Amino acid sequence: MRIPCPYCGPRGNDEFIYLGDATVRRPDPQALGASDAFYEYVYLRDNPSGLHQELWYHGGGCRSWLVVTRNTRTHEISDVTFAAGGKL
Amino acid sequence: MNAPHRLAQGGLIDRARPLSFVFDGQAYAGCAGDTLASALMANGVKLVGRSFKYHRPRGILTAGSDEPNALVELRTGPRREPNTRVTTVELYDGLVAASQNRWPSLAFDIGAVNDWLSRFLVAGFYYKTFMCPAKFWEMLYEPLIRRAAGLGRAAGAGDPDHYEKAFAHCDVLVIGGGPAGLMAALAAGRAGARVILADEDFRLGGRLLAERYEIDGKPGTEWVAEIEAELASLPDVRIMPRTTVTSVFDHGQYGAVERVNDHLPVPPEHEPRQRGWKIVAKRAVLAAGALERSIAFGNNDRPGVMLAGAVRAYANRYAAAPGRRVAVFTNNDDGWRTAADAHAAGIEVAAVIDSRAEPPAQFAALGIEVLTGAQVSHVHGGQGVRGIDVVDARGRLTKIDCDVLAVSGGWNPAVHLTCHLGGKPVWSDNLAAFTPGATPPGMHVAGAANGALTLAECLHAGVAAGAMAAVECGFPIASFMMPSAEDEASGVTALWHVEESRAKAFVDFQNDVTVEDIALANREGFSSVEHLKRYTTLGMATDQGKAANVTGLAILADVSGRAIAEVGTTTYRPPYVPVSFGAMTGHHRSRDFRPVRLAPSHQWAEEQGAVFVEAGAWLRAQYYPRDGEKDWLETVNREVTATRASVGVCDVSTLGKIEIEGADAAIFLDRVYTNTFSSLPVGKSRYGLMLREDGFVMDDGTTSRLAPERFVMTTTTAQAGRVMQHLEFCHQVLWPELDVQMVSVSEQWAQFSIAGPRSRAVLRKLVDERYDLSDKAFPHLAAKEVAVGSVTARLFRLSFSGEMAYELAVPARYGDAAIRAIMAAGEEFSMIPYGTEALGTMRIEKGHVAGNEINGQLTARDLGLGRMMSSRKDYVGRVMAQRPALLEPDRPVLVGFRPADRKARLRAGAHFIPLGATVTAANDEGHMTSVAFSPMLGHWIGLGVLKRGPQRIGERVRAYDPVRNGDVEVEICSPVFFDPEGARLYG
Repeated sequence: MRIPCPYCGPRGNDEFIYLGDATVRRPDPQALGASDAFYEYVYLRDNPSGLHQELWYHGGGCRSWLVVTRNTRTHEISDVTFAAGGKL
Repeated sequence: MNAPHRLAQGGLIDRARPLSFVFDGQAYAGCAGDTLASALMANGVKLVGRSFKYHRPRGILTAGSDEPNALVELRTGPRREPNTRVTTVELYDGLVAASQNRWPSLAFDIGAVNDWLSRFLVAGFYYKTFMCPAKFWEMLYEPLIRRAAGLGRAAGAGDPDHYEKAFAHCDVLVIGGGPAGLMAALAAGRAGARVILADEDFRLGGRLLAERYEIDGKPGTEWVAEIEAELASLPDVRIMPRTTVTSVFDHGQYGAVERVNDHLPVPPEHEPRQRGWKIVAKRAVLAAGALERSIAFGNNDRPGVMLAGAVRAYANRYAAAPGRRVAVFTNNDDGWRTAADAHAAGIEVAAVIDSRAEPPAQFAALGIEVLTGAQVSHVHGGQGVRGIDVVDARGRLTKIDCDVLAVSGGWNPAVHLTCHLGGKPVWSDNLAAFTPGATPPGMHVAGAANGALTLAECLHAGVAAGAMAAVECGFPIASFMMPSAEDEASGVTALWHVEESRAKAFVDFQNDVTVEDIALANREGFSSVEHLKRYTTLGMATDQGKAANVTGLAILADVSGRAIAEVGTTTYRPPYVPVSFGAMTGHHRSRDFRPVRLAPSHQWAEEQGAVFVEAGAWLRAQYYPRDGEKDWLETVNREVTATRASVGVCDVSTLGKIEIEGADAAIFLDRVYTNTFSSLPVGKSRYGLMLREDGFVMDDGTTSRLAPERFVMTTTTAQAGRVMQHLEFCHQVLWPELDVQMVSVSEQWAQFSIAGPRSRAVLRKLVDERYDLSDKAFPHLAAKEVAVGSVTARLFRLSFSGEMAYELAVPARYGDAAIRAIMAAGEEFSMIPYGTEALGTMRIEKGHVAGNEINGQLTARDLGLGRMMSSRKDYVGRVMAQRPALLEPDRPVLVGFRPADRKARLRAGAHFIPLGATVTAANDEGHMTSVAFSPMLGHWIGLGVLKRGPQRIGERVRAYDPVRNGDVEVEICSPVFFDPEGARLYG
């Protein structure tokens, strides 16, 4: 695969480290039921067939964490943004 | 030159450059331009190998990389390469090859008895016969079968040659240098695109080299030379001969193997034998051509039965006559060309047998005997063809004498690369072949690979595909004068199997799969094409069934009463041809598997005779032996004793170092560490513990506050990269709103630990005198920028050894100078350097945890560090660390151990079993994580985790180590063995 890093341009996937689902949000640790929410956050993931937003770390490049929208059936990448938000 | 089957003229060989070679101990002569196959053929060598299972005599079937039969061991000694296809080996002077899978000799092979036993060696034979008992399989059957049914022998010694990995980028990658590929490359190249043209042959032209076609009124080879010259003149076109594109990966990435120097006995100095390419292309044109297939009939595997197109290649390109008298068996018009070309080359043509009733009209003038509506049912001869039986439409049998039978069952487009991303080929009744289905994104298919089987069609398709690819890359359409060529006859009527065959009719030559095996598999229920493959091995091994697969599944369709389209194909996977491990690994092997990182004091340590140890990618000094020391332990004991008595120095530059800056830097650290850093005063260091979000310990280290908004963090050597990634995650993904920036400075600073009661005295001589180093002014955990000579350094008062100790950091380029200056300053105090062993011993004496304990499976509480988990703030891992199971009182917790018999040796990895209990997993109470011989205490000591350990101080358990026959009674004690009050830190 090649991932179009918004900072570095298209690069081979061997420069990146995969983390997984980018849509999960770290729960409020003070909220009621935080332990259940954290259990879901840490361990439970969907395994969608089709579009998937996922985190990739450009460790061999600009060190950006990226949100990559990838079709898990075709590997087609339709969008890449900085996880921290913002644009170049 | 004495090559009896060499034609007197013609061919693309250089008769003026004779080459000598040896096959099975016999010397022969060939010419420059030959392959090993054509040179053997020119010398009349027909028997080249023995088949895999039945040890049947086999000759050369093809003229390309699809060869299933003629596999040899090429070269000798450590360069010996098994299973090399003679059809792809470029001849060189002094080449040595040997046949394989035969004993005692190729002509007399004992293993051929398998052919007589073949009625018992049918499909699935191994599974049926060697069923039980199961362990016999591993011990007896498999070794026996492997010896009997084998391919070549590996070299058995390290490959002395170099291999490379290389990368290339282009607009248009053209795969295949035949007529379609040449046109595609030219169309794209003229448009201005960056083009790579890769072809697996050592000469461009593809089938044009093997045929007598004319283009624009010129011989095909002359036309090829003109196109090649123009391509070479285009600045952005790169021609890569001897390069097979083997694989297609996502997003326009292609794997290729370049056989840079396989055509030489030994690669020139500093040049690789092969190069593994990763090519990134915006567009690709697949012009891989088509592969001819055989027809299954009795003894169709005898040496001398060849594909019709291969016979033309040997006669036309290599001026090598496959035999004296050729018969042609075809179901299509193309096969007739073999008769015409053989005739033109002066080879006698015995007959053309066409399974169709109506042969093409244009060949009638040759005056050759023609049998229409007829089929070859049997081949006579053992180690070479002597004649054939032909059955005509009315069932009459005719015997024809010949020594070569050229067979054409039609052409299979080389669709392989179109399938690597999951595309399924589509059956065409018209072509009686599979053509590409959905192609990978960015790939166009042109020419025979796409089912365009005539020359004129190939040329047109090549231009169209090349121009389209260039346009898609943003280039204009270049003007083009279309070359003119023949649109030759290419009709075909499918014929897979001759019903009248009496002897074995082979489908897959390499795996000895016959028509009967396929029928049997179907009868036994293996009627899915994927099951058929696994059960019969059809299409496996080095040729991956290039010549066999389509015929095999057509026969499966026939015997199972289905249409071919319904049966489908097995999955085509990369690589297209066998790839050597060398080309995949390049230089990344043994010591060069990954870069070695050297500490700044490495050269100095080498001068001292240090022994080094790998720590991750680093080489660290393990210990510094002195003359007269009998083993490593004596050395380490001396290093520990000397450090604790006076002073020692250790290079700790390998620790990860991360600078963290910003208005929110302190808040950020509070969130990633379990303990609090916002309260850390400027000029102070603090030990910190980091958890993963699942509540387990990830790493530890010290972080120092250099300024209100500026910190420098240290991590363990092994986790440096992981921690950096984690911090970036926390910042960018979890809390992007925090004003904080970080950068790794691990390589920018050389850092030395100077430990022992005289450490301050040593530093006093190094650090500029304006800095007060007294215990009051620079106490334990102080951190400060200081001047060492003209260099700005950082001084930390940190201790891993339990001694009064400092870490002095200087910019990395001063690292070598620093260690020499430190040792010079310490000379009067008998300072010694110590390595990682002494470092480890001293930390175990002090009960400090390290990588053995922070193994990803233990919590802060398990490590006895529960008090470091702040209850006044949130941090990564806090919530999950409170899970009930992680708070279980029964969880193993860190304690110390010493042998009940003080002379006994302890072993890390030993498991703790209560005294008197049986050794079972149920009685396992924990394990020993680290051990060392303590020279301060005079016996072995250990750290480990034990159920309710801290409540059991003084109790004894067994430390049981079945791996090394260890079984030692140990006493549970505090993990702090030495100076438990910590008095030595101060002073």
